[in-house]
Amino acid sequence: MSLRSTTRALPTLLRVGFADAVAYRAEMIVWVLATTMPLVMLGLWTAVARDAPVGRYGEPQFQAYFLATFIVRQLTGSWAFWEMNFELRNGTLSMRLLRPVHPLLAYAAEGVAAMPMRVAVSIPVAVIALALVGPTGVNAKPLLWVVWAFSIVGAWLLTLMVNLLIGCAAFFFESSLKLMDLWLVFYFVLSGYLIPIDIFPTRLRSFVDWLPFRYQIGFPVELMTGSHAMPDALVLLARQAAWIAIFLGATRWAWRRGVARFSAFGG
Amino acid sequence: MIRVRDLRKHYKVHERPPGLGAALRSVFRRRYKTLAAIDGLDFDIAPGERVGFLGPNGAGKTTTLKVLAGLLHPTSGEVSVDGHEPRRREDAFLKKIMLVLGQKQQLLWDLPPSETFELNRAVYDVPRAEYDARLAELTELLQIGDLVRKPTRTLSLGERMKCELTAALIHGPKLLFLDEPTIGLDVSMQVVVRDFVKSYNERSGATLILTSHYMEDVEKLCPRVIVIDKGKLVYDGALDALATRIRPDKRIILRFSRPVDVADLAPLATVLRHDPGETVLRVLKDEVSAVVARALAQFPVDDLTVENAPLEEVMSELFARGRPDPERGPPP
Repeated sequence: MSLRSTTRALPTLLRVGFADAVAYRAEMIVWVLATTMPLVMLGLWTAVARDAPVGRYGEPQFQAYFLATFIVRQLTGSWAFWEMNFELRNGTLSMRLLRPVHPLLAYAAEGVAAMPMRVAVSIPVAVIALALVGPTGVNAKPLLWVVWAFSIVGAWLLTLMVNLLIGCAAFFFESSLKLMDLWLVFYFVLSGYLIPIDIFPTRLRSFVDWLPFRYQIGFPVELMTGSHAMPDALVLLARQAAWIAIFLGATRWAWRRGVARFSAFGG
Repeated sequence: MIRVRDLRKHYKVHERPPGLGAALRSVFRRRYKTLAAIDGLDFDIAPGERVGFLGPNGAGKTTTLKVLAGLLHPTSGEVSVDGHEPRRREDAFLKKIMLVLGQKQQLLWDLPPSETFELNRAVYDVPRAEYDARLAELTELLQIGDLVRKPTRTLSLGERMKCELTAALIHGPKLLFLDEPTIGLDVSMQVVVRDFVKSYNERSGATLILTSHYMEDVEKLCPRVIVIDKGKLVYDGALDALATRIRPDKRIILRFSRPVDVADLAPLATVLRHDPGETVLRVLKDEVSAVVARALAQFPVDDLTVENAPLEEVMSELFARGRPDPERGPPP
């Protein structure tokens, strides 16, 4: 299944994917409500910081951080693992395999197709964030926004690869939904989603720096809130790229092995 | 078009007895058994043929279709489909084939079928003019006019199958695999689907391979059948020849202008059914002419037809005999 035929079909894949993403209006509202955990954490942490700052975080910094977290989470979310599990269990993966478009690219396209809706949800939050914290709580260096743009694409890619890799595990375990639950435990704690990484004890933080979780969400959030100078930002961007490469390789390997197994045992 | 030699597909399946103890033991130690879903199949199918795969449940029909479509990798043997090795699933191969699974769908559930058609146009790279012409033709043949704009989830089973067929044929496949395409459909919808599939084959010259539990599908569509039982070839040849060989007797169906006593019919032949509207006699093939002549002379016959034994009976008898040595019938 060639990249060329997939690229040619991409505009239609995106258009149909978008139509599918907005098919259920009620589900859209539930989905938006389901991703409001950063706003809950915003309330909790600002209450904690009311008496005294936590590390470098006072009330405005926590507000900026968690509103940025909400935006980054919207822009990098993926549910490909769930789709893969569903399609493997009910056998509709066969229909994907019969199309001359690589299924992994089709999953990626479906993720991208939902992006306009996610951006639409994020823009009002970004406006509120700016109004609440003012321009001082936001990165003011244009070049760092360029790095942020790369980091947000990287965070989306990394999250997608994690989803696809865990989805591929379903080829071997019949269902990998619990595996994602396990991943999310670490993700919530070690990515900066619930607790800013800066607050971690130094030794734990240097350990977290080498794990993939931070590059899924914390890193772009830190860039938005002006936590990094350019040299640090580039080092972290390189680490993010390394994790993407690792997960890309692992996903390709798992997909090939998984499809071979699916083809051996039946779908 | 299709060449299959010594095709085998074996599965290793986990086996455990019922009960809590066995369930717990299976957590630590599993026993596996190897099952031969396909066990040495050989056949060839020429371009444009309509072939029915017949066999009881678990015979290996769907497995064979999936191997031919490239979804399953054979354990051993040779499979060639229009010059391609299906397991490689090359673009060129995928653009030539389509597999319609009666119990699985490719239509996007929450969107109208027109979106799936459009998606297939893009992924199969069908030129716009060709797509428009083919869609117009399929829409008319299957009468799906307004359906294509309703979300798939709101369509009835029959409506969905018509749209599934449309989606499957948007790219004009040269080879169509149909696995139970009429399953769950009412009788009139079965006729619509059957007629459509036949007409598609005749107009496009596409090769058609069908599995169905409805013998009528096979009778109406497939001059040739391949019968599989426990993964082995039991028969490959003309459907008529199979019926004649397994059940050489014929059915004479009579309709009378006034009531006739069944006792009067008994000397004529074995009476299989005697209803007010219709009487069915079973006679040996060689005696058909004589029995027909006597029936016409002795009874007030309004209508008379002679048929082979129903395919259901032929198949039941074939499988009840156990598995004979593969005897190949003549090619159709």
